[in-house]
Amino acid sequence: MPSPAAPLNTDLVGEIAAQALWIRRRSFQMVYEAQLGHPGGDFSATDVLATLYFGVLRHNPSQPRDPNRDRFVMSKGHCTGAFYSVLARAGFFPEADLASYMQPMSMLNGHPNRNYLPGVETNTGPLGHGLPVAVGIAIAGQMDKADFRTFVLTGDGELQEGSNWEAALTAAHRGLENLTLIVDRNRLQQGARTEETASLDPLDEKWRAFGWHVEVVDGHDHQQLLNVLSASPKGRGKPLCVIANTFKGKGVSFMHDNVAWHHGVPNAEQYEQAMRELV
Amino acid sequence: MSAAAPKPEGLFDCRDSFAATIEALAEADPRIVTVVSDSVGSSKLGGFRTKFPDRMVNVGIAEQTLVAVGAGLANGGKVPFVSAASCFITGRALEQVKADIAYSNVNVKLIGQSSGVAYGELGPTHHSIEDLAWLRLFNNLKLIVPADPWQTAEAIKAAAAYDGPVFVRVSRMAVPALERPEGSVFEIGKAETLVAGSDATIIANGTMVHRAVAAAEALAADGISVRVVNMATVNPLDEAVIAAATETGAIVTVEEHSVRGGLGGAIAEIVISTNPVPMRILGFPGFVPTGSAEWLFDHFGLNATGIAEAVRQTLSRKT
Repeated sequence: MPSPAAPLNTDLVGEIAAQALWIRRRSFQMVYEAQLGHPGGDFSATDVLATLYFGVLRHNPSQPRDPNRDRFVMSKGHCTGAFYSVLARAGFFPEADLASYMQPMSMLNGHPNRNYLPGVETNTGPLGHGLPVAVGIAIAGQMDKADFRTFVLTGDGELQEGSNWEAALTAAHRGLENLTLIVDRNRLQQGARTEETASLDPLDEKWRAFGWHVEVVDGHDHQQLLNVLSASPKGRGKPLCVIANTFKGKGVSFMHDNVAWHHGVPNAEQYEQAMRELV
Repeated sequence: MSAAAPKPEGLFDCRDSFAATIEALAEADPRIVTVVSDSVGSSKLGGFRTKFPDRMVNVGIAEQTLVAVGAGLANGGKVPFVSAASCFITGRALEQVKADIAYSNVNVKLIGQSSGVAYGELGPTHHSIEDLAWLRLFNNLKLIVPADPWQTAEAIKAAAAYDGPVFVRVSRMAVPALERPEGSVFEIGKAETLVAGSDATIIANGTMVHRAVAAAEALAADGISVRVVNMATVNPLDEAVIAAATETGAIVTVEEHSVRGGLGGAIAEIVISTNPVPMRILGFPGFVPTGSAEWLFDHFGLNATGIAEAVRQTLSRKT
């Protein structure tokens, strides 16, 4: 449970905000230069990623497979602009490598590969894969009474994949309090709004019905994210689902809540306008 | 159902061998865990559950999660043996096998139980005669089809010792213990020659191996010298043994699998690009009619008589 009395950590929140801005700018440059990517989802997920990597996760980039590390599984594997940016910024690989995004022979494939890049826990891309793998990681931790935590970020449209709900059953059945699912609830999938495609609402009630503890936050509010994600899970006895209400394209006016930017890529004029806005 | 029938004298259910081996391995290695999808009984893992109740994960009837949880457990330092009916752990969870296991290249052992047409009368939904074709596309996934109880035990031990993804196809069909030289060892990727011969080569695996040996014995009585190779590993193939087989001038492959894309197809890919010789691929043509497993074997010529006849026909095509 996030404590409502959690002290405001202004410096940390300020640091996270600064990193989030850097990630937005760098990821959009990657998409612009590659003329490929999923910038709308990059921007909806950026604040969650920045909060995790700069305020929550216990990780050591110099020992990316330390058995006691907290795990982060990027289930929405198409949003590599943001994911690679945050990994590089956190020190898992040189920031200069970001320039190779999707170039021939690059380690920075359109979807993440754990065998190419430190910091990637499992190869994702097809949707509905991250949560079931994260459940397995959390079970391993539970078996060993280890104190690492496992976090997984899914899209919201992704929850239309049935594999998530299989995994949700097992996570609740085993009381995986060391597991946190964050849903990037931007309400847009590739082709349309989620509620116009295959409705997810009431999403919080669905997760509660599956036996999860649910928190709903503003997914662009770093303080709210920090509170809910850094609260100790000990004794909760249930996995946690954080529904992060977000906007696709957050931070750039012409991309905001606009489905065209799921995998739209900017021309020079759009890129320059975005960079003027992302300050 | 064929599984309920009592085992004939001198024949073995390889699942027993799997179960005994995994229990012994788990005694010695605390990292070994099992993952099942309400498949404890069909995997013969009741003994494992009794001995290691905290080291079995039952995800319920949920094969995608079954396979993915295996990947997650490996991430957490475990050596998971993920076991379910071969038809479901492959077909139902194929994308998890591809992305979470093979492409991610994780240390997970997939056990496809009751493969082939073992479920007989239950029909093609429960048969697994497509699994080898699907799985051998994943180039880094070791693919093993043991032929008898000894080889099943050795394959499970080899899978545990290897650091990477492995699929072992375990049959519930009654098979005899094969005769092999004292001191034989099993190695992933190495085939074994069970019968020497020079006129033609039968390459088989799994439940078809002892039938191939019987066919060679029948042909020997007619003066035809036929080599029998047990190609237990489908990926990677033992290309040296295949090259040697081409030198006999004719190859017949036999598998409890579709004729499309399995062991025979894999071998044909090698043969056609090295030393093309007449080949015949024996197996099932596709979805099969209702019948017990033994009836299906006989109906499709997957017995000593049918295999011997196929060898004779293939010999007639030798130049």
